[in-house]
Amino acid sequence: MNKDLPGWVDYGLLPLLNLLTAFLVAGVVVLAIGENPIEAVGHILYGAFGYGNGIGYTLFYTTNFIFTGLAVAVAFHASQFNIGGEGQAYLGGLGVGLACLMLDQYLPWWGILPVAILLGASFGAIWGAIPGILYAKRGAHVVITTIMFNFISYSLMNYLINEYLKVPGNASVQSRTFEQTAWMPKLTWLEGLMPGISTSPANLSFVIALIACVFVYILIWRTKFGYEVRVYGASPSAARYAGISTTRVVVVTMAISGGLAGLLGLNPVMGDQTRIFLDIPQQAGFVGIAVALMGRSHPLWIVFAALLFGTLYQGGAELAFEMPSITRDMVVVIQGLVILFAGAMEYMFRPWVARAFSMREQPNG
Amino acid sequence: MTANAIELQGISKSFGSVHANRDIDLVVAKGTIHGIIGENGAGKSTLMSILYGFYQADRGTISVDGTQVMIKDSDAAIGLGIGMVHQHFMLVEPFTVLENVMLGAEGGALLNKGRAEARKELQRLEKEYELNVDPDAVVGDLPVGLQQRVEILKALYRGAEILILDEPTGVLTPDEADHLFRILGQLRAQGKTVLLITHKLREIMAITDDVSVMRQGQMVATRHTAETSVEELAELMVGRRVLLQVDKGEANPGKVKLEVRNLEVVDDIGVRRVKNASLTVRAGEIVGIAGVSGNGQSELLEAIAGIGPIDSGEVELFDIDGEPTGWRPRHGLGHVPEDRHRMGLVTKFSARENTILGYQRNAEFGSGLFLDRAAVLKASKAQMERFDVRPPDPGLKAANFSGGNQQKIVLAREIEQDPDVLLIGQPTRGVDVGAIESIHRRLIELRDDGKAILLVSVELDEIRALSDRILVMFAGEIMGEVGPEASEREIGLLMSGVRAEDAA
Repeated sequence: MNKDLPGWVDYGLLPLLNLLTAFLVAGVVVLAIGENPIEAVGHILYGAFGYGNGIGYTLFYTTNFIFTGLAVAVAFHASQFNIGGEGQAYLGGLGVGLACLMLDQYLPWWGILPVAILLGASFGAIWGAIPGILYAKRGAHVVITTIMFNFISYSLMNYLINEYLKVPGNASVQSRTFEQTAWMPKLTWLEGLMPGISTSPANLSFVIALIACVFVYILIWRTKFGYEVRVYGASPSAARYAGISTTRVVVVTMAISGGLAGLLGLNPVMGDQTRIFLDIPQQAGFVGIAVALMGRSHPLWIVFAALLFGTLYQGGAELAFEMPSITRDMVVVIQGLVILFAGAMEYMFRPWVARAFSMREQPNG
Repeated sequence: MTANAIELQGISKSFGSVHANRDIDLVVAKGTIHGIIGENGAGKSTLMSILYGFYQADRGTISVDGTQVMIKDSDAAIGLGIGMVHQHFMLVEPFTVLENVMLGAEGGALLNKGRAEARKELQRLEKEYELNVDPDAVVGDLPVGLQQRVEILKALYRGAEILILDEPTGVLTPDEADHLFRILGQLRAQGKTVLLITHKLREIMAITDDVSVMRQGQMVATRHTAETSVEELAELMVGRRVLLQVDKGEANPGKVKLEVRNLEVVDDIGVRRVKNASLTVRAGEIVGIAGVSGNGQSELLEAIAGIGPIDSGEVELFDIDGEPTGWRPRHGLGHVPEDRHRMGLVTKFSARENTILGYQRNAEFGSGLFLDRAAVLKASKAQMERFDVRPPDPGLKAANFSGGNQQKIVLAREIEQDPDVLLIGQPTRGVDVGAIESIHRRLIELRDDGKAILLVSVELDEIRALSDRILVMFAGEIMGEVGPEASEREIGLLMSGVRAEDAA
């Protein structure tokens, strides 16, 4: 059943149905613990959008999810399932951090930024390209290798931070704090509109994430390489016919995918913590998969999907605080339900909706 | 007189706005071989799928052995004694014949008991119908002719009284086809009923008792085979007299444009697909490669096109002065692939995006890294107009065009690049009659314009109608060259691997 449905159904109605189902089930869960689901939704929305600091946190999480969502989406276009956003973002954070550590004595943040972007993206790109090469040359499946590379990245970062980056004599496992001039500016220009936002971790990385969306759109739909990526993703045999090199497409796409994930490092490392620390991506690599699925691998929809998950993350924290019987773990359950319905089971309602549509068409067909 | 094996009344089925079957009536007498003939897309397969329970008819009734029945899935069909041999075999290749036959009818959770029974039953069936197949042979190792017999055995093992065969000879050599017909005759002698779906008139005349003709979803006529003729059936099929002979003048071959020397192709599992093939194509001629599908033509074509593996040998292109120009895929070398759904088109893409498939790096479609979308759109519109693609909508998904129009999109793309050499595989597979004529005319025009054309087709009639020289392939080898006036028997012998000198 692969009928064509109008665009608004595919991009609007179906995700909405999935989301409603997720919230319904989540609501039942909340009811079961004896709390009022409507009130819970209120807390989530208030926490995410009710005050400047909350909005800031929402945007901070959204930024992470945009980067990883784009990373997964780009790989999807070449029919590669990049589950390694986590590791690529972690390495990207290392690249960003190293740029800051090397240059913060000499340059202000805007001088460091290009180098940080370059290093962060290249570290992530290398971490994505290696599984790409392994697939193109040896047929090792990207799903397996990228998830393995996540584990390698955890160990590698543990080792590097403990052995080389840690401040001697300090117990905490992190690098030294960057000079203040190297910090990415907060969104102070929004302070007038949303008082309190500059006290949150939200920073200029959000704007960079939006620019990355435009970059991905142009790459996929306006360049010759993007065309080749889409041909390969849609039909490897047609790609062979068109003289498109599988190796080139897969390796370059995985490198770009990893590079986008790597840029995530800007947000927490240069924009928030201002040091290299353990577990930089904080699960954003995995949430990116759901974001890309929900966003149908299109940058515009990815922004909205990322915002939804950002809302759930920040609003969920508020919820756990306001309704103590709903623990932090419960919030994870609710987020998990959204991922389940909106991501993994995104086509659940499609056959029914398609049937409803074909029935409507029948009389005049 | 016993009841009729099958009676269909007023069967209709539509998919969206397409009426695949319209008010079909069909009566099949018990113990006969009944042919159903029609062009690709006439609705034969849909009708048989309804009979076998894959689809439900929107309207109409089905009676089996005089009793009206509902066939809601293939289990129900099997229960009614209807068996089906699909065009594409539904066999598990690594399993043995016996295991394949038992599949879905194992008779219990443990295999041993069922296996012994199945073996006994299989031996009985084989003896009764001359279906010589070793029950312990691995199906994947068997030639297609034998695999087909396994399919027939499967149906008989399930107690089929009515056997539907969908285009059974498409994959067979003439010899294998003859053997199949003997088996079908045997089945009839035992009182079974056979429904034979085909688009080959010769087979209908050779084996059937009755024949029904379908055209555009409708049943247009039923005849006793003895009382009709190939000409009448052909006319009924297409609704007007067919010109199997394409109007064409004398070929005027010029210099050699394409030369292939001692080409060998070995596939990834180590099988030699093309053996020591050498050929030339001159400007202004069409060279046809005939052969039963799967005898190395596809691999040869892909190797020459530069997209398939080559083990050894050379391919050379020449310019007007006879100087080698170097061989680069899709540069002066157009390629219409055999399978337009898998290769020639990205069916998910719009017609516009398909306009540049293979030429996406050409300067005319954008300089540098970027695609010039306006230029692509312009090219797409121009090609659609010149090749009369309908509907002329560059934004429409390739999948939503009819087969003939899809093929025109591919042809337009390749021809508009103005290559000297054109490789064309199965130009009219799944294409309606009107489009076949226009595609054939276009190929002749190209020939007369001085293009060198290498044509691969499994439709012998097409090869004979278009080619100026015919090469026949069997088991990866070019068996010989004949002229277009060669008899069907002569070509048929070569197709089954018998050289002229051996036959004498």
